[in-house]
Amino acid sequence: MSALDPTTPSAPKWAGRAWRPFALTLPALLLLAAVIGYPLLTIVLRSLSEPQWGAQNYVWFFGTPVNLTVLQRTFVISAWVTLVCIICAYPYAYLMTAVGPRVRLALVLCVLIPFWVSGVVRTLSWVILLQDSGVINSLLRSAGFDGVRLIRTQTGVVIGMAQVLLPFMILPLYSVMKGIDLRLMRAAQSLGARPSRAFFTIYLPLSLPGVYAGAIIVFILALGFYITPALLGGPRSTMLSTLVQTQVLSLLQWGRGGAMGVVLLVATFVLLALAAPVMRSRYREAGRR
Amino acid sequence: MNPRAENRGAAIDLAKVSKAYGNFKALDGVSLRIEPGEFMTLLGPSGSGKTTTLNVIAGFTDVTSGSLLVGEKSVVGVPAHKRNIGVVFQHYALFPHMTVGRNVAYPLALRGIAGAERERRVRQALDMVKMADFSHRFPSELSGGQQQRVALARAIVFDPPLLLMDEPLGALDKKLREWLQLEIKRIHRELGTTFVYVTHDQEEALVLSDRIAVFNRGGIEQIGTGRELYDEPATLFVGKFIGDSTVLRGDAATSGGETAIEISGQKVVTARRLANGGRPVMLLRPEKLALARRGAADEGRNRLAGRIGEAIYLGSGSKYEVDLADGSKAIVRSTLEAQSFAIGDEVDLLFSGSDVKLLADDDQADLTLT
Repeated sequence: MSALDPTTPSAPKWAGRAWRPFALTLPALLLLAAVIGYPLLTIVLRSLSEPQWGAQNYVWFFGTPVNLTVLQRTFVISAWVTLVCIICAYPYAYLMTAVGPRVRLALVLCVLIPFWVSGVVRTLSWVILLQDSGVINSLLRSAGFDGVRLIRTQTGVVIGMAQVLLPFMILPLYSVMKGIDLRLMRAAQSLGARPSRAFFTIYLPLSLPGVYAGAIIVFILALGFYITPALLGGPRSTMLSTLVQTQVLSLLQWGRGGAMGVVLLVATFVLLALAAPVMRSRYREAGRR
Repeated sequence: MNPRAENRGAAIDLAKVSKAYGNFKALDGVSLRIEPGEFMTLLGPSGSGKTTTLNVIAGFTDVTSGSLLVGEKSVVGVPAHKRNIGVVFQHYALFPHMTVGRNVAYPLALRGIAGAERERRVRQALDMVKMADFSHRFPSELSGGQQQRVALARAIVFDPPLLLMDEPLGALDKKLREWLQLEIKRIHRELGTTFVYVTHDQEEALVLSDRIAVFNRGGIEQIGTGRELYDEPATLFVGKFIGDSTVLRGDAATSGGETAIEISGQKVVTARRLANGGRPVMLLRPEKLALARRGAADEGRNRLAGRIGEAIYLGSGSKYEVDLADGSKAIVRSTLEAQSFAIGDEVDLLFSGSDVKLLADDDQADLTLT
């Protein structure tokens, strides 16, 4: 307001109240604090205070080999799921940018429909498909091949999780790819690049921000997956969330369960921090300078 | 840049080139010979086939029929990346994830040119477009004009014998466009490469070109220098597309060496004959028309009565739109300071019969509607 800031008499009325737009985010912030902040704080506190104050839960976690094996496996499975999602989603998202609006709508629906079906139902349908007497194995046998063991294996878990998480890879990829000017490919060809070279030097680098965004979302969601690995996996594909569930619900060891959660959270942050420099797209950085 | 060998550009020969999309003929039997080192402009309204022709030469579009020679070799069926032709696009098409220097180095890298030689040629190309200081910038940090100069450098850095430009200045403002036109002319002179330039802007075509091919409805109406097209348009379409023109229609009668046309009761006599005997129209250039106050004596010239409909002061003179009795409009350019008219003034339109072009009437040529 002019009385407060005489040097800018033309400043709009709300100029002195720049906090106002931020006030609109208040409900969301309060909700986040209530449903994320408070429980997280509780978990950290309980991991340090149960059964008594101290680091005993963390000492236990890192002193028990099975925990470390499962932690490592959780990251490995999540990485595989992310890779499978990238491989499946990339051509799909590209197709979405290349087709007409009607086919695109159909493709978007194919991505979104799984969202409307509960994860449990989807996982159970994978059980039907993957089990030893399931559809895939019956088909293989009737075609004269040996059956393959899919259910209760790591492969089965990766397949199931990748299917559930695929939309989280396709959508960010699509949103980046649809912004890529395909005329750049034509320009590259006029400069002497055969189509494959043009793809690897122009299209792929420009689509990487979408790959990174999708990979981060899928990877983080995969780390915390519970139902799919529990139903499709066996003892050799247990993920950390299953161990947490056992500690908390079966053994009522809230402290140990909390410590596991905190370790997973910290490990994720460390990994993201390590990956960040690679993912930062340099040309956008430069554009901002 | 060092003075390069003269005529190092490639000749282009299109013969009866057609391109059909279903029932629509984007190109209908286009034949065009472009000489080595020539600056040829393909001029026409949108959808006339000029960009399709460019895309055919570049290899982005296949031909349905006809032959296409670049540098005396057939390139039909040769993919774009093997044609070694530079292309500059209206939308710049710089790679946003590469610096200016890497953009310009891209075609060199594809040709296995590396190290000091690559550096030298990138530098040379950027010098030519006066962008050498911007080598480390990203395209997003440049203005439109700067981006287009970088795109030009990228298209000439690998020494193609032919450079295609598709409305390269279309997205820029007028002042910048005029300056870049002169830059492109200079670069063409220095390189000696064949340039094929697509535009819908006839002024731009006149500024730049050695010769102009006027496109209409998938075919070429006329090929010639700017002066030829302006002074001796072969068709009414060309006459109307190049420069301002006044078109008059009426009943014609040819006798002896003269053609007389009756326009709203007044007879206009020209020294020309209409060759094909069709229904003729008269085409007059604005500087060949004079205005006089109604009734002022000036015998021996053709005279049509009209009223000033619009008066535009241009600085170097004035432009008038004169409404004639039959409803048509005449465009007159006057550089006489002493003579000035206001809207509504009753005037006589004066012109010499030898300045009238007689052309076959062509209903398609109604450019005034677009």
